[in-house]
Amino acid sequence: MISLRLLAVVPLLAVLGLFPSCGSGAGGVTLYNVSYDPTRELYADIDQAFAADYKIKTGIDVAVQLSNGGSGRQARNILVGGQGDVATLALAADIDLLAGAKLLPADWQSRLPENSAPYTSTIVFLVRHGNPRGIADWPDLVKPGVAVITPDPKSSSGARWNYLAAWGYALQAGNQEEAKARAFVAELYRHVPILDTGARSATITFTQRNQGDVLLAWENEAHLAQKEFGADKFEIVIPSVSILAEPPVAVVEENARRDGVAKVAEDYLRYLYTPEAQEIIARNFYRPRDAQVAAKYAAQFPALKLLTIDDAFGGWKKAQATHFADGGTFDQIYKKH
Amino acid sequence: MKKHRSILPGFGLTMGYTSLYLSLIVIIPLGGLFWKSATLPWPDFKQALTDPELLSSLKVTFGLSLAAATINAVLGFIVAWTLVRYPFPGRRLVDGLIDLPFALPTAVSGITLATLYANNGWLGNLGGNLEHLLHLSTGSLRLLNFTAAYTKIGMLLALIFISFPFIVRTLQPALADLDPEVEEAAASLGASRSQSFFRIILPAVLPALLTGFSLAFARAVGEYGSVIFISSNKPMDSEITAHMIMKEVENNQIARATTLGLVMLVVSFAMLAAINTLQWWSTRRVKAGAV
Repeated sequence: MISLRLLAVVPLLAVLGLFPSCGSGAGGVTLYNVSYDPTRELYADIDQAFAADYKIKTGIDVAVQLSNGGSGRQARNILVGGQGDVATLALAADIDLLAGAKLLPADWQSRLPENSAPYTSTIVFLVRHGNPRGIADWPDLVKPGVAVITPDPKSSSGARWNYLAAWGYALQAGNQEEAKARAFVAELYRHVPILDTGARSATITFTQRNQGDVLLAWENEAHLAQKEFGADKFEIVIPSVSILAEPPVAVVEENARRDGVAKVAEDYLRYLYTPEAQEIIARNFYRPRDAQVAAKYAAQFPALKLLTIDDAFGGWKKAQATHFADGGTFDQIYKKH
Repeated sequence: MKKHRSILPGFGLTMGYTSLYLSLIVIIPLGGLFWKSATLPWPDFKQALTDPELLSSLKVTFGLSLAAATINAVLGFIVAWTLVRYPFPGRRLVDGLIDLPFALPTAVSGITLATLYANNGWLGNLGGNLEHLLHLSTGSLRLLNFTAAYTKIGMLLALIFISFPFIVRTLQPALADLDPEVEEAAASLGASRSQSFFRIILPAVLPALLTGFSLAFARAVGEYGSVIFISSNKPMDSEITAHMIMKEVENNQIARATTLGLVMLVVSFAMLAAINTLQWWSTRRVKAGAV
């Protein structure tokens, strides 16, 4: 019954799931970290540092296998039986999906400090050199002729932060009036010529394909783009208000127990909160939680007003149902004209 | 009871194998699709079917696929004709190139085409590049810029690219089998060149052309990887149905996703059945010697 259901859903995944991954390093432990799109560089660094640290402390060799992709799709891959001992995704709703399938306890988010989010980020603007369109804050994005690149929040759950940041700004600017927020966000998406499927492909569309005047990007992704292409190509603009993105991490307990890596998985995630890892996090342009590290990198992360998903939107469940479900506010933008 | 034995040995074995293989590869997955979409309550099912976004995406998907298959039928015919009829140096090399779109991962094709046709790409900014190369004034060759990325033209190019080999590969053997004497006879009986083509050659290869057409069409309808990178993916505008399905999967709306899959399956099946009927009819005409 269950296998039939899997076949019905995603035949390919089910078939792949039948073959357990072969050959984990002799004597060592393999840990599968299933992550979202823009964390490649971050976890490449973290995994190396963790492996070295863990070897010294426990004598155990750990090889972390990282996979990246759209957050929602990554969660689904675990759900249908794919590898994944820890999930480090873009938003809590995607890990809730796994909790719904009893792969980890429902109260997972209280298991680790800081809402299980060892780093935060926010949504900022990336503009072309010299800021030719004079973009300073959200209202500038809907000026005539301005083209905004942002991924589709329906196909990229990470892009939901972008959408909610805009909505949150408009709510605040319009005295919490829902109708004004709706009108602003609808106008904003009328300025979006291309809806990419994920954060990374939107970055590529903006930077390499030369599309649009502004990229709505995760702060870390904006810095990364600037680092790769040079500060003489792109500039980061920090809006007056944005959203506090808290990408959560959790041990997928069922899988970790099955793979016999429950302890390592837990240690791996706790390691993210150590000053050493927090440094790596800050160097990879995510905002660290550790006060000392944050102070050290204060110049890199300008202060701005950050709304939280709980205060501004009543939590992910509610935000999800109102904005991104079929027929939600996002669908209405495109289906009304 | 006396069993009727076929002259050809191995019927039981091959038939058993055929049904097992077809079940595993085709019937079970597609049956699962039906089964899963049946779990969607009727009002939701109806709502999913009448969703204007779905109707718009079906128009885009099937419209562009038909256009791509039609263009390939004409241009692919010319390519197949050239390769079969005229010996020229490097013919085998060109012949080998035909299959490349098959071998390339479709995402690679999509990214390549988007890069090429973006407003800063080789072809998307062809005029600008030439101006720079030839030291001409800016904008003088603007008309040469072929900026197709993130437009329907770009999506069409991607579909033409990935479905191109089907037409050429199905037409080649049919063209090679044409007996030159038939054409010679037509010529000696006073047929003009266009008469020989339209009344002798075309009807004879029409079944193969239709096969290639339907394969190319089916391939284009199911395409996701390459289109997604060159399309602007806007709902109600340039979104293909496959992308809508991916979005439903991303939102964990599996029953809705399978329902959309089912719609594509039914529409594709109907269109392929129509093409096959046409093909059967044209084959019969050829066999009956109506030409």
